[in-house]
Amino acid sequence: MKRGRHSMRATFAIPALLAVLSLVGLVSALTGDGWRDAVSWVALGIPVVTVIWAGRARRS
Amino acid sequence: MTTRSIRAWYLVHKWTSLVCTAFLLMLCLTGLPLIFHEEIDALAGDPATAMAGPPSSGDDPALEPLDTMVAKALAARPGDVPLFMAFDNASPILTVTTGPRPDAPASEMTIQLFNRATGAAVGQVREEGVMHFLLQLHTDMFLGLPGMLFLGAMGLLFVAAIVSGVVLYAPFMRKLRFGTVRTSRSTRLKWLDYHNLLGIVALAWMSVVGLTGVINTLATPILQLWQMNELAEMTRAYAGREALPPARYGSLDKAMAAARKVLPGNNPQFIAFPGGAFSSKHHYAVFFQGSTPLTERALTPALIDAETGRLTDVRPMPWYTLALSYSQPLHFGDYGGLPLKLLWAVLTLFTIIVLGSGLYLWIGKHRAPLELRVREVESGGTVVPAG
Repeated sequence: MKRGRHSMRATFAIPALLAVLSLVGLVSALTGDGWRDAVSWVALGIPVVTVIWAGRARRS
Repeated sequence: MTTRSIRAWYLVHKWTSLVCTAFLLMLCLTGLPLIFHEEIDALAGDPATAMAGPPSSGDDPALEPLDTMVAKALAARPGDVPLFMAFDNASPILTVTTGPRPDAPASEMTIQLFNRATGAAVGQVREEGVMHFLLQLHTDMFLGLPGMLFLGAMGLLFVAAIVSGVVLYAPFMRKLRFGTVRTSRSTRLKWLDYHNLLGIVALAWMSVVGLTGVINTLATPILQLWQMNELAEMTRAYAGREALPPARYGSLDKAMAAARKVLPGNNPQFIAFPGGAFSSKHHYAVFFQGSTPLTERALTPALIDAETGRLTDVRPMPWYTLALSYSQPLHFGDYGGLPLKLLWAVLTLFTIIVLGSGLYLWIGKHRAPLELRVREVESGGTVVPAG
């Protein structure tokens, strides 16, 4: 954690990825049932899992 | 980012959040059970849930004629006129809405449920109980259109709070790794980190549910716009004529057959009878769904002269009603099975924590000088404002 500043790009790399995944998840289930629903569960599930991961791995 | 611009964004974040937080908390808390309203209604024994047979929106010969269904609904409500008929894609359930006049307000409407495969009446939609109370609170706080528009304005402030929050995330995280949660130093720092983490993780979902909520609050003006523009153009030949009295309404099955001829392969979502907000004073408006899952919600109304059963015009809905149609599922989260609803609930909980922690962070240090609070953002939470 004691590290230098990083760029704007580095700050937003993971958030941008999570946002894109969320949008994919939100749209996927609209386009049909079956695997399209499953894609949306996984894609929207990743942001949720990220919080659980951070609460364990990045806790100090 | 300069300290000056951080300060400006901090103030935007503070004020937009402060104004909308109480209402957003109410919306999250009422929205949480509403996500599961279908499951809760089923537990409460709603007759609409378990019904086998061909879907009522289809043209299976085993289904009862539409005229029969209207006649049954009117026989149960003597003196009423038909207002709407709505179909289902999964079961033979069909609803017929009636009221004392063609332009009766929602409060005077009666919604009857039928099984279109057997023709049997299966009950009435009761707009009462806890779930209905929560829905009203969530939609307009029992204040009608002004309440709806007010909640829409709160939604816009919420979106502004999200945007300014993302801007502040940049200086805050400059020296921190993604996902940092410092729980052992102080309660304030712990909640500050969770506020940032949950806010950035749920960013896209909160923005979409917030913006689609705002669009949903505009349902009434959007519909009025459509009626004034598109619908008026489609039925221009009838402008200035007296309203068609219900006694002269012709066969609905004939009208449906005429409509299906111009839109083969598509099924209706609902029919609006003459005189209401969804039709002219002379037409049955049959709203057809698109033929693929994605276009299912993109409706195309076919307007049929209610007296003669002849088609007047058919035209897809314009972009602004399309935006409304797609804002509904994207706000409700009811389009991807139970797992999607559960994710919707978890993300709503995240939003509640973001709102609650934001309030906590403000209450804790709102007397500290602004410069120090901005410094806290700039330093990634290591400089704690005194006071």
